[in-house]
Amino acid sequence: MNLARIVGRVVATHKDDGLAGRKLLLLSPLDEELKESGSAFIAVDAVGAGAAEIVIFVRGREAAHAFLPDSVPTDASVIGIVDAATLERPRVPGP
Amino acid sequence: MFLARILGTVVATRKDDRLEGCKLLVVQPLEPGGRDGGTPVVAVDTVGAGSGETVLVVTGSSARMTVRTKDAPVDAAIVGIVDTVSIDRGGRESAR
Repeated sequence: MNLARIVGRVVATHKDDGLAGRKLLLLSPLDEELKESGSAFIAVDAVGAGAAEIVIFVRGREAAHAFLPDSVPTDASVIGIVDAATLERPRVPGP
Repeated sequence: MFLARILGTVVATRKDDRLEGCKLLVVQPLEPGGRDGGTPVVAVDTVGAGSGETVLVVTGSSARMTVRTKDAPVDAAIVGIVDTVSIDRGGRESAR
């Protein structure tokens, strides 16, 4: 799982039945300093996330597990909306 | 999942039985802004997409989760035909 920012939406009227009624979001992955890093991709929303929010996403086959027992053909899903992320600074190695 | 543009078709008469009746298309992955990104792949079409259209492609074992590709040996499937892509930042909205 990783963090990403929602940067857009994709609309596809004609799609697989498993995706019917699902919201497709454009995500930009974030690095450990919450800066955008890497290329944007599309994920299915499982939690009701909206524009510009920072979210948790899961990739791979597990992405479909967010919608069980429904069979949703997705390899990326938004499974959480981030309230706060606190990152500890890396320690300076001792002598 | 990623956006892609349909480049062409692939015909294979002799293939795995579970691919019988599946339409195989070559798709060029796209950046959200519309530029080409990455190398083309062959994907099974599950939605009746056509030449030049922008589509939604799912890869890996999730590609087997459509009705048409269930238990088939595929790692890429076209699962949607894209109407619009809207990008919040930069203020662009494009319909393809």
